[in-house]
Formats: sequence, C-alpha cells, structure tokens
Amino acid sequence: MTAVSAGRRSTVFAWTRFGVLIAFVVVFLIPIYVLLVTSFKPLTEADPSQAWNLPQTWTTEAWQVAWEKLAPGLWNSVLLAVPGSLLSCALGSMNGYVLSKWRFPGADLLFTLFLFGMFIPYQGVMIPLVQLLVGLNDLTGLQGVFYGGIPGLVLAHVVYGIPIATLIFRNYYVTIPDELIEASRVDGAGMLRTYWSVVLPVSAPAIAVVIIWQFTSLWNDFLFAVFLTGPTSWPATVMLNNIAGAQATPYSQQMAAAILSSIPTMLIYILLGRFFMRGLMAGALKG
Amino acid sequence: MRRARTWLPGLLLVTPSIILIAVFVYGMLGWNFRLAMTDKHDEVSEGEFVGLQNFIDIWDQPRWHLSVQHAIVFTVVFVLGALVLGWLLAFLMEKGIRGEGTFRAIYLFPMAISFVATGIVWRWLMNSGTDERAVGLNRLFDTLGLPQWQWFRDPDWGMAAMALPAVWQMSGYVMALFLAGFRGVPEELREAARVDGCNEWGVYRHVVLPLLRPVTLSALIILGHISLKVFDLIVAVSGKQIITDVPAVFMWVAVFDSHDPAKGATIASYIVLSVAIFVIPYLIWSVRKERRQ
Repeated sequence: MTAVSAGRRSTVFAWTRFGVLIAFVVVFLIPIYVLLVTSFKPLTEADPSQAWNLPQTWTTEAWQVAWEKLAPGLWNSVLLAVPGSLLSCALGSMNGYVLSKWRFPGADLLFTLFLFGMFIPYQGVMIPLVQLLVGLNDLTGLQGVFYGGIPGLVLAHVVYGIPIATLIFRNYYVTIPDELIEASRVDGAGMLRTYWSVVLPVSAPAIAVVIIWQFTSLWNDFLFAVFLTGPTSWPATVMLNNIAGAQATPYSQQMAAAILSSIPTMLIYILLGRFFMRGLMAGALKG
Repeated sequence: MRRARTWLPGLLLVTPSIILIAVFVYGMLGWNFRLAMTDKHDEVSEGEFVGLQNFIDIWDQPRWHLSVQHAIVFTVVFVLGALVLGWLLAFLMEKGIRGEGTFRAIYLFPMAISFVATGIVWRWLMNSGTDERAVGLNRLFDTLGLPQWQWFRDPDWGMAAMALPAVWQMSGYVMALFLAGFRGVPEELREAARVDGCNEWGVYRHVVLPLLRPVTLSALIILGHISLKVFDLIVAVSGKQIITDVPAVFMWVAVFDSHDPAKGATIASYIVLSVAIFVIPYLIWSVRKERRQ
C-alpha cells in the first residue's frame, strides 16, 4: 500500500519536475523568438499591436541592411578574436607547463598573483592603459595602431587573458603523470624539448578550451573596445550598440544585427559545446 | 631545495608573462590609484597630489549616490536571482532526466551571446510603453490581463528589472556549476545517510547541501564580481541615462564626456576596491585549500 502511494508520489514528482523544466525552457527561448520573428518582419508590420505575431510576409530586407551596416565591425572582430585567442593560447600553455611541471621557488605565490588578474574590474586599469597606448602611438609614430587600432586591442586582451589561459593549462597539465616528464629528463631532454615532444602533443583538449573561451570573450567584449578603438577599428559589439542606439533604426534591423553579431559564438557553442562547458568550469572549480 | 640550474629555465620561460602582469595589472592599478589622488580634473593640467580628497568629494555628488544605490539593487537581485534559479534547475535535473542534454543546452546558450546583443532584445521586451503603445512584455501582459510595468524606467525598482536580462544570461552557468556539484557527491554518502534512517529530504539537508557550499561560494564570487563592474548590459539597454546609472557607466562618462581623469580614476578605484575586498580572501582561501589536498 505505502509502496504504491510512494510510487505514485514519485510519478507525480517526476511530471511536476518535467513540467517546471519545460516552463523554464519556454521562458529562456522567449528572447530568441523575439529576435527571429522581429528580424523577418517588413516595416509595414512594425505596429505595436503585431509585436508578438509571426510576420505575415517574411522578408530579409532588415537582414540585408543590418549586414551592410555591421560587416566592417564583424571583420574587425575576426581580426581581433583569431590572433588574440591564438596568442593567449601560446602564452597560457608555456606558463601552465612551467607552473605545473617545471616549478621554481615562489611559483604558488606567483600563480595567486596571476589569478587576481582574472578578477580585477578592467575599469581599474583603463585610464593608464589608454595613456600607455597613446604613448606607444607617439613613440613608434604609428598613429591609430596601438590606441585606436586593432593591434592595441589585441595586446590588451592577450595580456588580461594570461591569467585564465594559464589557469586552464596548468590545471590540465597537472593531470599529466610526473613520470612522463621525469622519463624525458632522464633521456637527456631539456625543458623546451620535453615541452615540445611530451607535453604539447597531448595538449589538444586544453588548447581547444582556451581558444574557445578566449575567442568568445574577445568577440563579445565591449568595454575594452569602447575605450581603446575608433570608428575604423570598432568591433561588432560597438557597431551593434551604435546601430541599435540610433533612434531611427527599426526594431527589425536591430534584431537582425544582434543575431548577425552572435552567429560566430553561437556556432562555436553548438558545435563545440563540450569544450565551452569545460572553459566555464575552469573559471570556477580550480584544481 | 633543488639547484637553480633545474628551475631557472622555467622561470625564464614565464618571465615575459610576469613582466606583462606586473606592468598591466599591478602597475596600472597603482597608476590609476595614484591618478585618483591628484587634482587632474582636465586633460591638460599636471595634477597636484591631493591625497584622498577625491574619494571624499565624490560623496557630495547626488549622481554618485544614485549609481551606488543602483549597483547595490542590481547586485542583490542579479546574484540572488541567478543563484536561486540556477540551483533550482540543477536540483530538478541532478538525478537525470530524459532529454537532459537538450535542457542543459537551452539553459546555457545565453552565455554564448554578448551582453550588448542581450541588452538589445531585452530593451524591446522591457519597453515601458503601455496600452496601445505597448510592445514587448507589456503587450504580452496586457493580452494576458496582467498589470503593465515601467520596467527599467521605474524610479524605485528600475534596477531590479535591469537585473532580469543578467539573470537570463547567467543562471544557466550557475546551473552547470551546481549540476557538477550535485554529481560530485558520492552515491555511497547518500546511501550511508539512507541506511542511517534519513529520508530523501534529510539526505539533501544533511549530506548534499553542506557539500555544495564550496560551489555556492564560487558562484557567489563569480556573480558578484560580474555584477559590481556591470557596464555593457546597462549601456545596451538604456545608454548613459542617469535613471540606470552605475559606477562603471559613471566612470565612462567622467572620462569621455566630462574629461575628468582624476574623477574617472577615483570611481574606477572604488570599483576595484569593492571587488578586491571579497576576491582576495577567496583566492587566498582557495589556493591554501588546494595546497592542503
């Protein structure tokens, strides 16, 4: 008797649980519905009374206009995010290797000092950073390269990406048995040779996590871009904000531009979600 | 202690990063703090040392009071909202459910989108127009017979509304953290508690929840530091309007519109201090914990 009622209670619980989860799925997808539906509406259907309706005539007008406005920004974002994430990867891998397998006195303290760099609000370095990059422009005579250009923005992202990249690689390399490193040492290989022949060949998972994590952060960054770049070097986020901030831009174009700017990171998330997850966890669960 | 010849190459290999972190993180934090202690209130003046004067003077400005209040309301609603929702979703999923992969993917995908794109769609959703001018949620609520709101334009609760998109974006992340936490509790421990006479609720209360404390702390730290420096989302939803001002936006205005470096640096220093005050103890604690293991 009790077994039956307990069984029934757990069935009820299972269905309630499923129902609540489905309800949240609906809530989570509302903004996506709005983005898609609005972006395919012609201007004639912009009336508030039709706000939630599907378009009566589907059109890609808004998408075309949004693409024309946003394309230079998307290209700048590619020029920013691809080299930026590769450089972060290189630095992070070397640091992680040393801090896990080739430690020196004070390595733990140094690692903690690095980690703090991951949590600092970048506002706290922004004014000196602008001054330094302006100084580099003057020093090199390359106006619009460091301050107001993509190279300066890449530099900033690579430097402030060192902590998270180091953390991910270090935590991954800790799982490589010390015996492998020792064996390589006994064979007479030095630090760089061991790195090259033993550590790097097994690094693929960590490389994927760092590249995906850094690519996503660089692509989505707004703060550095707004302080450090100018109209010709604005990445997609800044251009998107400008497009959407202009009163005259119809909702359909705003939404189409928002989707366009999100496509690369969404694709990464869909295709490589597993690695994306590991990057997320690395930020929280150390060791 | 091993011989220096063994560890010196390692130190050399990380030296470039050490220099970069030393200059760009610690050097610039110090430089910013130094600037905040001068009277360089325009682009051209040299800036005389004035001690902590700017840190005191800023409290005379009504806009600063507003932006601090706003940041507090935003932080409370965002952190609690994302924590509770993320925990709930993880709790409902932790024992495995059909289609778990799909649920997880849907809850988590907002993480892949920029705060700017999120801000644009939520600005539409939280449009304050009502009745025949209503779009977004107000239109939906009107149709359903629910009350319509001012959302982020509400003078008292605007910042609570502003936290909604942030909760939407980050609660999937919290869910993923808690799900990993739940799954990390060994089944033997739960079983042992059941043998000792605990019912399922007791198992949660006495075994699972205490073991989730480190995860909860990590989530709190991550959400808290995101919240205190929130910038993109506010700018994308409402621009530089004072009704939704927060310290990060105020700092931006001070630098670019008021051309007052010392004031910008002062606000930035306050933001850094507000984060450092809980992140530094957390980092020391977690590195020590790791060393013990």
